[in-house]
Amino acid sequence: MSVFRTTIPEHADDEPLIQLVAPDGTRTPHEELDAAVAHLTGEDLRRYYRDMVMIRAADLEATSLQRQGQLGLWASALGQEAAQIGAGHAARTQDYLVPTYREHGIAWARGIEPWRLLDVWRGIAHGSYDPYELRTHPYMLVLGAQVPQAVGYAMGLQRDGLVGTGDLESDTAVLTLFGDGSSSEGEVSEGFTFAASFQAPTVFFTQNNQWAISVPATVQSRVPLAQRSRGWGIPSVRIDGNDVLAVYGAVRLALDAAREGEGPSYIEAVTYRMAAHTTSDDPTRYRARAEEEEWAAKDPIDRLRRYLEAQDEVDEEFVRRCEEEGHDLAMALHHEIHAMADPDPIEIFSHVYADPHPLVEAERAEFERYRSQFEDAGDQAASESAEEGRR
Amino acid sequence: MSTVKLPIAKAITAGLRDAMRADEKVMLMGEDIGLLGGVFRVTDGLHAEFGGDRVVDTPLGEAGIVGTGIGLCYRGYRPVVEIQFDGFVFPAFNQITTQLAKMHYRTRGQVRVPMVIRIPYGGGIGAVEHHSESPEALFAHTAGLRIVTPSNAQDGYWMTREAIESDDPVIVFEPKKQYWIKGDVDTDVRPATGMHSAKIVRPGSDATLLAWGPSVSVAREAAEAATEDGLDLEVIDARSISPFDVPTVVESVKRTGRLVIVHEAPVFGAIGGEVAARVSEQCFFHLEAPVLRVGGYHTPYPPARMEEAYLPDLDRVLDAVDRSLAY
Ligand SMILES: Cc1ncc(C[n+]2csc(CCOP(=O)(O)OP(=O)(O)O)c2C)c(N)n1
Repeated sequence: MSVFRTTIPEHADDEPLIQLVAPDGTRTPHEELDAAVAHLTGEDLRRYYRDMVMIRAADLEATSLQRQGQLGLWASALGQEAAQIGAGHAARTQDYLVPTYREHGIAWARGIEPWRLLDVWRGIAHGSYDPYELRTHPYMLVLGAQVPQAVGYAMGLQRDGLVGTGDLESDTAVLTLFGDGSSSEGEVSEGFTFAASFQAPTVFFTQNNQWAISVPATVQSRVPLAQRSRGWGIPSVRIDGNDVLAVYGAVRLALDAAREGEGPSYIEAVTYRMAAHTTSDDPTRYRARAEEEEWAAKDPIDRLRRYLEAQDEVDEEFVRRCEEEGHDLAMALHHEIHAMADPDPIEIFSHVYADPHPLVEAERAEFERYRSQFEDAGDQAASESAEEGRR
Repeated sequence: MSTVKLPIAKAITAGLRDAMRADEKVMLMGEDIGLLGGVFRVTDGLHAEFGGDRVVDTPLGEAGIVGTGIGLCYRGYRPVVEIQFDGFVFPAFNQITTQLAKMHYRTRGQVRVPMVIRIPYGGGIGAVEHHSESPEALFAHTAGLRIVTPSNAQDGYWMTREAIESDDPVIVFEPKKQYWIKGDVDTDVRPATGMHSAKIVRPGSDATLLAWGPSVSVAREAAEAATEDGLDLEVIDARSISPFDVPTVVESVKRTGRLVIVHEAPVFGAIGGEVAARVSEQCFFHLEAPVLRVGGYHTPYPPARMEEAYLPDLDRVLDAVDRSLAY
């Protein structure tokens, strides 16, 4: 085997993990990333803390709404708050974000209220927020399919002269997020290829939450995920995904480099999915309680609180207020979901095509004809019983 | 009026060129489409005229081509992508059917994806496997896509123009066997029919032959040959697969009472069956015979030395016409 030069690492630990805040809240210096987070104020960090508390509250409420039959399914992001809030806030307003289906923190950072996401999970639409208005691609249920689309968007930015002009406030980049499992999909590889070939301003961001439903990340990749993109000539880094500061710093650096015309990069954020894969999943079948407890000790919200406490940036009163606001948000969500009406089924036929399509029109008409029989029957029954009532 | 004689391939090239001149958002992407001009030379000369930013030689990856094309649509571009051969569209099947076709629907009309996918298709060129297939039914089954197929140079030009102008994604299946057959093209006067109407290309009264793409010429030849037996066959070029212009076919069948459908795709589960079902629903009392179909068999596309037996030819079409008339 001597002519084969690649050494396959035995452990993921063979790839350094960058961390700025340890689980106990102590700050570790890091030359490059420190510079990328240096401008963050105490107020910024308090905001990230509050954001993480808020989405966790919304997330727990969504899980219970699913249990109450209000949602068909819910994919919880519990435990991944730092990865999502850090990445979401590292993006500049003009950047375009391309998520999968668990990125509620990304949505929150973009100003999408949680209830605007719920239409998909409740089953009343395949999506309804405006991708242009929010600079956020629709949620994606076909794993990895959004990745070449993100690269195409980035290629469009290049063509539009929005890359490498030197103006950080208008130069634009794309951040696409996908899981450790999704990283095995062929389309992610094609995304790497196109981004590398055209040096498209794309940041690939994997939340390695250790599990793709029941399959551990080690089955997806023989090497630490962060090493994967290097074969494409895409530089990469492995960071602690439960450390909001490290995530913010790495994503900020990568997006800025992309917008400056330096091409794509890849980030593996090591985190943990604390909840079940979705509300239909039973993680007790495939993972050990001890593992969950080990990760609970690395909780991203507790960690940031400890750090901010040590810096005297928060007090008990602030922490309590955040909890209260989280509770209010959960109540609002509960209220919103109960107010969500089912759409008129005629909507099935809306927006299939941009221009009229005779088959869709004919089927819409047929549906209406079919339905009107029952409406007439219903009206008749109603008027008969009204008649009855009068008698 | 400026009518020129062009082979279908060159008519498509002219359509691409004029569309690119008319709208700078139109761009071409695909494998080998730049300096080489595409393996069929359909994009010949366009790289020289428009440069590598608008005629993009992509890495080899069909999902990547269609997927990045979708992202470009989000930025307001109108990518026209070339899939090198019919059998190589399948790596992009996911992007086309789960993504491209549904973007407008799932964003409730907020996003338009006006992409054109050009696919040289069909057999008869003595090719190796995966170079001769007719997968139109696999895409027609997916709502959100429009599908057309030119059978002559005039349609090669105008369908290309109209597909690019459409705000919906359009797949253009180009009959590769006939790329070099010449015909008149009027690039000035836009036909009033539009790309989604079927066209009666030969009127007749004894039976209707319905075909599209490369099968139209087979149907025409069959109709010509049948005149020797005193038969007067009507030939319809469907032109569009989705939407399918059923009314034109129904009209015709109401007059002739008989329908034979000709296409290269394997007959089972194909578009011919869909049309047959609709015609029998709408022409039940006019039909003198069951609707018959002539097409490929339920086998993989065979090695080239056997394709003659596989493809519907004049004799198989006439045999079906005889069977129809025997009822
Ligand atoms: C193309 C595709 N294959 C299979 C699935 C079914 N599926 C849904 S989620 C999932 C696991 C995803 O794991 P990962 O990418 O790590 O993301 P996570 O759910 O952990 O956030 C699978 C197999 C799918 N949605 N899409």
